[in-house]
Parts: sequence; C-alpha cells; structure tokens
Amino acid sequence: MTLAFAFLNTSRLVHLSTVDLVIIVFYFVLVLAIGFYLKERANTGEDFFMAGREMTAWIAGLSFLSANLGSLELMGWAGASYQYGILATHWYWIGAIPAMLFLALVMMPFYYISKTHSVPGYLKLRFGESSRALSSICFAFMTVLMSGINMYSMALVLKIILGWNINVSIWVSSITVAIYVTLGGLRSAIFNEVLQFILIWAGALLIPILGLIEAGGWTGLKARIAVNASAEYTHMWSTMGHFKDNPMGIHWTGIVFGLAAVISTGYWTTDFLVVQRVLAAKDLRAAKMAPIIGAAFKMFVPFIVILPGLLGLALLPIKLMPEAQAVATGGHSYNEVLPLMLARYCGPGLLGLGITALIAGFMSGMAGNVSAFTTVWTYDIYRALIKKDSTDKHYVNMGRWSTLGGVIISIGTAYLVINFKSIMDYVQALFSFFIAPLFATVIIGMLWKRASSAGGFWGLLAGTGSSVGMWVWVHKVDPTAIRYVALSPFASDMAENMYRALWSCLTCAIVTVVVSLLTKPKPEAELKGLVYGATDIPSETYVSTFHRPWFWAVVVGTIFVVLNIIFW
Amino acid sequence: MKSGGSISIWFFIGISLLVNGLLIFGSGIYEFFHIPKNPVVLFNWHASIWWGAILALLGAGYCIYFTPGKGRG
Repeated sequence: MTLAFAFLNTSRLVHLSTVDLVIIVFYFVLVLAIGFYLKERANTGEDFFMAGREMTAWIAGLSFLSANLGSLELMGWAGASYQYGILATHWYWIGAIPAMLFLALVMMPFYYISKTHSVPGYLKLRFGESSRALSSICFAFMTVLMSGINMYSMALVLKIILGWNINVSIWVSSITVAIYVTLGGLRSAIFNEVLQFILIWAGALLIPILGLIEAGGWTGLKARIAVNASAEYTHMWSTMGHFKDNPMGIHWTGIVFGLAAVISTGYWTTDFLVVQRVLAAKDLRAAKMAPIIGAAFKMFVPFIVILPGLLGLALLPIKLMPEAQAVATGGHSYNEVLPLMLARYCGPGLLGLGITALIAGFMSGMAGNVSAFTTVWTYDIYRALIKKDSTDKHYVNMGRWSTLGGVIISIGTAYLVINFKSIMDYVQALFSFFIAPLFATVIIGMLWKRASSAGGFWGLLAGTGSSVGMWVWVHKVDPTAIRYVALSPFASDMAENMYRALWSCLTCAIVTVVVSLLTKPKPEAELKGLVYGATDIPSETYVSTFHRPWFWAVVVGTIFVVLNIIFW
Repeated sequence: MKSGGSISIWFFIGISLLVNGLLIFGSGIYEFFHIPKNPVVLFNWHASIWWGAILALLGAGYCIYFTPGKGRG
C-alpha cells in the first residue's frame, strides 16, 4: 500500500488492490471531465436549471431512475431483503411501477405543458404564492438535510467496508459533486447520473449471476432459504393476510393503500428530486416516455439489490444481525450483506468496479439532491421572495453559489449527524411528513377545476400537520397508539409509516375539497395548461403505435403483473 | 443524444466501460497465471476474464458508434 493511501486503516471488510484503486480514481476523473466539458453549455437559466429542456426520453428516463438509485438504497434494501425476504421487492414493484406509469400518462402533460421549472412552481401557477412558499421552503430545507445524512451514511459505509477515514470520504465525494454540478448545472448532473447508472449495473450484476450459479438456480436458492430461515421469505403476497404471518409485520392493505397508492405515488410524482429529470425532456412525448423507460428498468433493479440479500441469507456462512447488535458484538449487520457478497465473488478489478458502483450510487443521489435544491432555492425562494426582478445571468450565478451553499450545508449536516445520531431519525421522519399530503394537493389541483387557492394551501398545511401529529402521538406520547394509527398493535414501524401517509393524504384531500367548496375558485381561463378539462393535450395520432407512451405503459404494466404472479 | 455539445454521453460511457473492462480483463488474465492464495468463491469460473471482456467489447462498440463527429446520439 502506497503512502498516497495512508488514510486507509487496517480495520475493513475488504482489501483493495492497485487495480481497484485505479478504477475508482478513473471514475472520479471521468465525472469531473464531464463537468468541465459541459461548463460552456450552462450559461443561461434554462441551460443551468433545466438542462436546456433537450434531453431524450432515454437520458431523462435513466437519470430519473438513477437519482433515486443511491448507494444507501442499494445497501439498505439488500439488507432489508436479508432481514425480511422477498417482501422488500414491494418497494421496487408495486411501490414504484404503477406510480411511474401514472406520472407518465396522467400527470406529465400538466407539468410539461405548464412549462413549470419545478413542482413548487406548478403549485404557484395552480394555487398561488402561499402554497409555493410552503412547499418550496420545506423541500429545500429537507433536501439539503437528507443530502447530508446520506453523505454521512455513505462515509460510514466506506469506513466499514474499506477502512477509509470518514472525513476524507465526505470531503472528496462532496467536492467532486460540487464541482461538476456547479460547472455544468442540471445537464452535468443528468449526464453523470446516466454514467453512474451504467456503472451501478456493470459493478453489481455479477453478484446475482454468480450467486445463482453457486446456489443451484432459483430452486436451489429457495430450498436453502427454507432451511436457513423460512419458506415465507420467498413469497411476496401469500403471507400478507395478517400482520403476524410475514417477517415484515405488515398487512397487504398497508402495502396497497399506504405504500402503492400514497407514499410511492407521492414520491414518484411530486418529489422534485426525481420529477426535475423528466421536466428536462425535449418534448411532451419524451417527457411521457421517460418515466416509462425508468419503470422498465426499475422492475429489474431487484435483481441487483434484493437477490443479493436473498443469496446472502442462503449462502453466507455467518449470520447477519441488526445494526445495534452488530456494533455490540463485533459481528456483521444486515446492511453489510451487499459488500460481503461483493467480497465473496469479486477479485481484483471486479471489486474496484463494485465499490465504484456504490460510490457512483451515492454521488448520483447527492447530485440529484443538490441540483433540485439549487433550482427550488433560486426560482421558488430567492426569485419569488427575495429578489424578484433581476437578469437571467444573475440567477445563474445564484444557482452556482447555491449549489456550493447546498453542498456546504450538507457537509454541516453530515457532521451534525456524527455528533447527534438521533437527528437522522427526525429528519427522515420530517421528510415523510410532507410527501403524502403534497401528492393529494397536486393531484387534486390537476384533476379538479373547482379546487381553489385557499383549498390547496390549507389542505397541504392540514395534511402535513396531521402527519406530524400522528408521529408525535406514537413516538413521543403513547407508543400503544400504533394500534389506532396502523390499525394493529402488532404493526411494525414500516407499517406505521404506510398508514400515517395514508391518513395524512386523506386529511389533505378532505380539507382541500371542503375549503375549496367554501371559497371562490380560479376563473377557468387561468387554469389553461394546468388542469384536466381546461387543457388541450396534444394528440399523438401522428406517431405509430410503437412510439406511443400508452403502448409501452401497457407492456411494462403487463410484465409487472406477471412478475407479481410468478413470485406470489 | 448529444444534448451537451459535440460529444454524446454514450461516448463517455463507452470510454468508461472500455477502460474498466480492459483493467478487469487484464487483472483476470494475471490471476489466471498467478493463482491467489485466497481465491474468491467460484474462482474457477474466472469471472474477471469474461466480464472484463464483455465490458471492454461493449465499451469499444459504444466508442466507435458514438465517436464525436459522426453525428450520432
């Protein structure tokens, strides 16, 4: 080991060779080169914040998915599949595919035709400034905090796997992201996300392939899991009739109505972090196709995330355990299953590519957060509330500075979390408070002409407030209240999240409808391009069936149904 | 898609796959002749060699097809 890598210490899960380090360094060089190359194409606001609105469906679709495919997502869900079995796949299939198709076919036309630059921007057009202010401030605040938490978690992961110093990981990764997003704006973030997406697959795909060879195929894998854990671990729906019948402690109603109908739909259709990528598409058809392409790839992500967790359960000679127990006993936690499987099959070179995949996942997630924060801060907070009339150049400069500012706040949050780890739970809970009600506000705004400005604002506020209230009730006042919030005393924290989202969404919807009926609606002329029934959606009759979004949505939807039946 | 300028993003991806593929392939060939003391599970499948070759070929294909100036992307 050379002096250049003296920051490595001896306590680590895997050891990297020179060729592994060359692969990792080459990745950093390439992403920075892309940022410098795209610098000249980020001079106007439209270029910097919206990537010139000229992305093809493929680029926008892969970027849409990649911004969500962070390394914590990869490692966390691989760990969850070790712990809960194939049930974790619900977060990739019913917890994503219907929502992505819904975004493509129903919501995208309104986002795109309104020419908004952000989701809070749509709320401004539909419900007025107060709704935009509420949503943009919450979103900007939460985005940088989440970015910091992810940064800390990734640095911790690199310390556990490679023995890397936490400070070095935090600073090297964040400075790299800051440079390429500051230089090239959203276009640079999107380009790098597509590169990162390919690297994630190239680095992670070998694990399930070799794992299935070792396990004797899917049949052999199921037989081993039945011996090591239980046969229930390989069924997605048949064990969900009662909270106690499955390892996750969740009922099918929580998955269908909480996860699929509210949380997932809310996230994939209103979280600007992902929606921003689709808004950069070159035309409406590309904007509709992008989430469908994303959905098609999302369906196969369990192959590189869930399957390695199941393979770990079947093949690893050691027993993994919860994080706290692992820390206390010096054992390995569930979350380490992916690097353990990586170390099991990957020699020099392949190991470097696998680690690069994890780093790439982290950086794509962070760049997504930072670029979304920059747009919302500049357009929806700074320009709307602080400096209304300035030049395009001024706002681009503000965008570059706010990118740096967002990264610095993220780094600050990462250090805050190092000292006060409980902050992580609070911030993640805070983020969840906002998404479900926001979905109700946006969808009612898009589909119901009668919804008024006051209805939108008070509905959003009431929905968010009710979510906070339920969380405080269960976590700070009376833990047994979970039997009311999640409908069962046996419900897990995850089940509670599902039901809390469902109730807060319903609260938002009811308040929005009631207040709207009591207040004056917007004139129909002002709803043009924003609401169903007041918007002319361009016909697609000029393209062949094979080029129409609905055709591919049906194809993806059919595969989705078949997969659920196969793994029932 | 060359939305960023004259170089397509797919060309950058081709470069990445080609370089990584060659490094992994070379590493696999070295291990083929110098068997490590603690080989990974399924070492006899020589995943580095065929996976590295696949990545390098794919990368080379992308580099050639999306070479700047060809007007593709």
